[in-house]
Amino acid sequence: MTTATQTIEQFANKEYEWGFVSDIEAEAIPKGLSEDVVRLISTKKKEPQWLLDWRLKAYRYWTTMEEPRWWPNVTFPPVDYQNMIYYSAPKPKKQLKSLDEVDPEMLKTFEKLGISLDEQKRLTGVAVDAVFDSVSVATTFRGKLAEMGVIFCSFSEAVQNHPELVKKYLGSVVPYNDNYFATLNSAVFSDGSFAYIPKGVRCPMELSTYFRINAKETGQFERTLIVCEEGAYVSYLEGCTAPIRDENQLHAAVVELVSVGEGSQIKYSTVQNWYPGDKDGKGGIYNFVTKRGACRGRNSKISWTQVETGSAITWKYPSCILIGDDSVGEFYSVALTNHKQQADTGTKMIHVGKNTSSTIVSKGISAGRGQNTYRGQVKVLKGAENARNYSQCDSLLLGDKCGAHTFPYIEVKNTSSTVEHEASTSKIGEDQIFYCKQRGLSAEDAVSMIVNGFCKEVFKELPMEFAVEAKKLLGVSLEGSVG
Amino acid sequence: MLTIRNLHAKVADKDILRGINLTVKSGEVHAIMGPNGSGKSTLAGVLTGKDAFEVTEGEVLFEGKNLLDMKPEERAGEGIFLAFQYPVEIPGVTNNYFLRASVNSVRKYRGEPELDAAAFLKLVKAKAKVLHMPEDLLKRAVNEGFSGGEKKRNEIFQMAVLEPKLCILDETDSGLDIDAMKAVAEGVNALRSKDRAMIVITHYQRLLDHIVPDFVHVLSEGRIVKTGGKGLALELEAHGYDPIKAGMATV
Ligand SMILES: Nc1ncnc2c1ncn2[C@@H]1O[C@H](COP(=O)(O)OP(=O)(O)OP(=O)(O)O)[C@@H](O)[C@H]1O
Ligand SMILES: [Mg+2]
Repeated sequence: MTTATQTIEQFANKEYEWGFVSDIEAEAIPKGLSEDVVRLISTKKKEPQWLLDWRLKAYRYWTTMEEPRWWPNVTFPPVDYQNMIYYSAPKPKKQLKSLDEVDPEMLKTFEKLGISLDEQKRLTGVAVDAVFDSVSVATTFRGKLAEMGVIFCSFSEAVQNHPELVKKYLGSVVPYNDNYFATLNSAVFSDGSFAYIPKGVRCPMELSTYFRINAKETGQFERTLIVCEEGAYVSYLEGCTAPIRDENQLHAAVVELVSVGEGSQIKYSTVQNWYPGDKDGKGGIYNFVTKRGACRGRNSKISWTQVETGSAITWKYPSCILIGDDSVGEFYSVALTNHKQQADTGTKMIHVGKNTSSTIVSKGISAGRGQNTYRGQVKVLKGAENARNYSQCDSLLLGDKCGAHTFPYIEVKNTSSTVEHEASTSKIGEDQIFYCKQRGLSAEDAVSMIVNGFCKEVFKELPMEFAVEAKKLLGVSLEGSVG
Repeated sequence: MLTIRNLHAKVADKDILRGINLTVKSGEVHAIMGPNGSGKSTLAGVLTGKDAFEVTEGEVLFEGKNLLDMKPEERAGEGIFLAFQYPVEIPGVTNNYFLRASVNSVRKYRGEPELDAAAFLKLVKAKAKVLHMPEDLLKRAVNEGFSGGEKKRNEIFQMAVLEPKLCILDETDSGLDIDAMKAVAEGVNALRSKDRAMIVITHYQRLLDHIVPDFVHVLSEGRIVKTGGKGLALELEAHGYDPIKAGMATV
């Protein structure tokens, strides 16, 4: 083996750093899924009848569905849905009124993850909601946001305090019967985040949710709903980690974004680093999430940026439905797979309104025996006159045991629209690495630099602190201070 | 500075270098000429540690240290620089960023403090001026979309910034127009000093009009078959390599 290949392997074999387990007492309901479990979750959360009805409708529909095998290139054994816990909440000593009352062990966990809720609250301009297992434990900065009319809270609280908004928008973008995992989520979701930005408000800070699976044998089913009114803007960040466990754990989230009014804008960024399983493919999270946004207002915009480095399997297609005339959808993605990870990710851009435009930039990096698939759909309906799409899908291979695949589906129903697609696959070459070494760089720095350069177009879309984290995640040293 | 003794190397089971002997002292400029495929780039690759080449015999000393035991990045740290015949592209990484990482890696190797962004920028600006290097090239990704001549010029620019002890130029003149060649030669000449040595690989006399060598070597089939002064290059230009090869056959 050449030294360059060795370095690539080392790079691909980096240990998962977030794999610790926190010792926190949790209240969980017994394993298994039934109508009673759905009722129990709803009761625990003191939900109104309409929401229980919605959950039950979803549950009943789900029992008629089959676990999908959408694509032949992604393989896994059937998930045992009866051998899973659907609700696990860190046991509160009493009702939490402030961060000071949060279990110190849990605060320590977030500290270790680099999310100090306390510090965040005081020092930074980021409002954080932290979801631990299934339950939201802390939302910072709430007061300051409330002054501007911005609502940022856990999903459960939104159900209690803003039922009219939840009722109006829940399921309006991802209906309860959308697909197997979204339907399951609709039945059993336990918490998540809710954000509402009123007319004309530019949310002054990044809103951020940190998801952490801690308990064993639990699934995580969170739901995020973000609504932006006319002229409003919000940037939302989401991060995820989980302990190292031998069994696979299921994460089936749903995210719904609604750009309601004219000129509203939602920017949604994800750094997904769920435990990917060990190098032989044992354990790891099944990340089967449904993310979709609707641009309803004229000239509204939804932008998805994701950096996906974790999970054993990722199935994820953050999408935009461009209904309002002149609305804009964007998707920027970096997906890295190594060891035996499988990622099948991409986007759907559905052009409905006139002059709508969408941009897709996807960067897939495969290392080890990782399999990385870009799967994207661009659909231009008849009425979407002068719609424009530009897609660019690049794959980078590290080593020769991994794979990259690209499946663009394009459907255009009118003649005034333009759809452009570019794709490339390249391999980190020995020549590139040698060139860097000849200039004094270590092989490891060389690989980092090349990978980082490859992802640049996506990283520049991320908010600053996230970009730093993302680069770190890829084992990449900081770029951009010069030039 | 550099002593090569009886160097043999092979690639993919094919013997390429078959007993090279060469001594380069600081301050000297050595030109290496020779037919296509004779092993010139291979020699440059072996000196810089490219792992496709396997050294089967011989030794190479650089300032008394055994060069062949060092990793490529250590050799760079020691002050060996290769201007590549075919510079590679690194998409998404700006020239400036790459060069700063390079400068700081080399400084770190030598136990010197790293240059901060401001100090680095100052250095780069000064060097860019000397080499007539357009500043927008510095902000573009390393060699990406550069014309053939721009790539070569960029190599010499990097060399000027890194200020190595031993500069190896592999056909830096090919692909350069007349003005670019002059600019490059000027840059190279500016770097000539009594503490620095150069090995200039080329096919053409015209580069050697500008960068006047102390010695000219002819490499053929993996050996240095003839060594002379700057006049040898003129002779080769007039008569080609055949007389030398023929001469060898009669030995
Ligand atoms: N990776 C490789 N695999 C197989 N053969 C190689 C490899 N690298 C070099 N060679 C062979 O080694 C020989 C010497 O090549 P080298 O590049 O050193 O020649 P050169 O003197 O630089 O030629 P030119 O003047 O054309 O640049 C050639 O026959 C070439 O085909
Ligand atoms: Mg050559």
